[in-house]
Amino acid sequence: MQIPVDGFMYPNEIELQWSVLIVLYPFLTGLVAGAFILASLERVFRVEEVKPTYRLALLTALAFLLVAPLPLQLHLGHPERSFEMYLTPHRSSAMAMFGFVYLWYLMAVLLLEIWLDYRKDIVVMARANSGWKKRLYRVLALGSDNISEAALAVDNHAGWIVTVVGIPSAFLLHGYVGFIFGSVKANPWWSTPLMPVVFLFSAIVSGIAAVMLLYMFTGSRRHRLDTRCVDTIARYLFYAFIIDFSLEMLDLIHRIYEADESFRSLDFMVHSRLYTSHVVIQILCGTVLPIGLLALTQVLHLSEKVRLRTYAVAGVLTLIGIFAMRWNVVIGGQLFSKSFLGYTTYKMGFATREGLLTAIVLVLMPLGILWGLIKLLPPWSDDESLPV
Amino acid sequence: MITRRKMLMLTGAAALAWDSVLAGTPENAPNYRMTDHWWGMLIDITKCIGCGNCVRACAKENNVPEGFFRTWVERYEVPDWEIQDPRVDSPNGGKDGFPPSKSGTTVKSFFVPKLCNHCADSPCVQVCPVGATFVSPDGVVLVDEKYCLGCRYCIQACPYGCRFLHPERETAQKCTLCYHRITKGLTTACCEECPTGARQLADLKNPADPIHEFLRTHSVQILKPQMATGSKGFYYGLDGSVR
Amino acid sequence: MKDSEHLIRLAAVFAGGLLFFVVIRSFFVPSSFGLYGHYRADAIKDVAALQVVHAGHEACEGCHSDVADLKNKGKHAHVNCEACHGPQGQHANDPMSVKPPLPDPAKLCVTCHEANAAKPRSFPQIVAKDHAGDVACNTCHVPHNPRIGDAPAPAHSEVKK
Repeated sequence: MQIPVDGFMYPNEIELQWSVLIVLYPFLTGLVAGAFILASLERVFRVEEVKPTYRLALLTALAFLLVAPLPLQLHLGHPERSFEMYLTPHRSSAMAMFGFVYLWYLMAVLLLEIWLDYRKDIVVMARANSGWKKRLYRVLALGSDNISEAALAVDNHAGWIVTVVGIPSAFLLHGYVGFIFGSVKANPWWSTPLMPVVFLFSAIVSGIAAVMLLYMFTGSRRHRLDTRCVDTIARYLFYAFIIDFSLEMLDLIHRIYEADESFRSLDFMVHSRLYTSHVVIQILCGTVLPIGLLALTQVLHLSEKVRLRTYAVAGVLTLIGIFAMRWNVVIGGQLFSKSFLGYTTYKMGFATREGLLTAIVLVLMPLGILWGLIKLLPPWSDDESLPV
Repeated sequence: MITRRKMLMLTGAAALAWDSVLAGTPENAPNYRMTDHWWGMLIDITKCIGCGNCVRACAKENNVPEGFFRTWVERYEVPDWEIQDPRVDSPNGGKDGFPPSKSGTTVKSFFVPKLCNHCADSPCVQVCPVGATFVSPDGVVLVDEKYCLGCRYCIQACPYGCRFLHPERETAQKCTLCYHRITKGLTTACCEECPTGARQLADLKNPADPIHEFLRTHSVQILKPQMATGSKGFYYGLDGSVR
Repeated sequence: MKDSEHLIRLAAVFAGGLLFFVVIRSFFVPSSFGLYGHYRADAIKDVAALQVVHAGHEACEGCHSDVADLKNKGKHAHVNCEACHGPQGQHANDPMSVKPPLPDPAKLCVTCHEANAAKPRSFPQIVAKDHAGDVACNTCHVPHNPRIGDAPAPAHSEVKK
């Protein structure tokens, strides 16, 4: 297969190293971090309006976090050796800490917070069920049956501490992913200290948008959609998006103004091979348009129905825009030569190990896991007359 | 007439001589000690004729997969004062030589052999998450084929494009500076086959190595010095347009 | 205390996991890891043990001293044997059964000497077509000592056999 090349690439550069799966990885972890930060809004910052999404946000974060390492594993030449990251992590490597950051976030933050919050429900379900379900819930409760007022107060307090620890952890998880790219000095498209911050805020944006959409979907199916809650989430999405957009523009303006040795090459790439995915999809459709739509809902007095539809459109566009942003960072960073003299092409396979089909399955997988988690640990009780 | 060759064949001395090469030629490497060496390479741009011998020699010596390169040769063409706009080509890494250039002698034109610079502060080593690539005690950047995950972070981190993923072994590969040769007192395959001496293996810890005299008396440059990688690929006659 | 007993159970699960990890780790880290630095020291031996393919000119000269003497008198003194003859490790290893093929001068000489604007000016270059047409290079030049008139012709036939 001949890969189309313009100009001169170092001969080993022609084939891209990091595929669409590596695009997925920051996208998925971004959703995790964003969803968790939305959940912590209620828990730590006492934004009562978003309470109906608290548990859904936690389960969403967990579902996406469970899938996040899969694209990495599939991408490795030797997945069977990946445990070496735990055995002999190289301290100077930005990537080596991934395993530990991931485990910390999964075990010490997310699972812990979910467990503490759900413990009462788990014990109640263990009591109410029989057979394998009873056993399952008993295992989940670690055999403990104590849901006295005092015990729950302990859980609540511990949960608060976990969330407080969790916020910097969520920042760490995703800022760190940004650092993996931002610290590659050989690659001027990646190498910027803004990268972790941009990754973090785009993560918050995508996570909030994803939970908002999931809440709107599940809430309307259950006929228990709290519009005030959606309004609040949309407002936070709007704020976070403005910060994210400002940072991205800062990065862009800085690059244009500084115009260092790599600028002409990168500028040409953005105006040619990356034009559709970067300018059209990421900036115009995925950032400017949703920010505009969200701004409209803040300024105009729209009816509830129009508002909700606008949020839905803005949310979907946001997710597309953030995905495009990940794409442009990961793929864009490999399309130009480090000699700044040429450009290569990314050929995505379809039903290959790192192909489009795999990517689609990996995006849908967390939704399936979320469905299972909602069955196992319902974030709401259906017999209630009022929303949770 | 019995030549020396025939006599050696008859006595079996030829095989003996080769054994001593395999074991390390006694006079050159009695007992190779890593701490006694610090390897690098000197590349003389003014001598390179772009024949591609080095690329072919490397491919054969190291079984380099087709389409990937542990060393390659670039041809630069710099129109007059446009030092920031060189035209560069490297058809099949220079492995099959170079066709005549279209511009002929109307532009400045020269060949640049490239290979791993065996950086002392190598970014590829820095980023490896598991310690599967490293600078050996004698200053050669090597890959541990049995330990490499195939994550390709090192390939992204190399500013010079010297690394690739072996398509079958799925581990990172790169120039080893013919470590299996230099530890036996031989020179690298590319240096061995270079007909003009454009490449010289250099032992920077050996005071008798002619590299020291050369470095003292010539202007040399390393590639992309702004990357601060501690490159040990020293270029003589390097044009400012080369990147 | 009774009301935080479930947290102690949780802590026990974590402690168990950590212990498991520490035990596993001591089993799986390769023994030579960390001897010289953050890598498997035995990897150096693995690389050093690879097969040598190019014999090196010293090995060639050990037997072919006559050719070496001829070559060292001429312009190709600094061109090593395998630059033209290709890697000869196997031949050096087993000279009786592995016989290297003779290079084809029509292809070989032009690899270096065909004119190219990017070659250093001082390097002898020709446009083969204009220089000799279809006449093979070794009709006039002896490859081991190419300057016309410099080399005794028979010495080359020695290699041809």
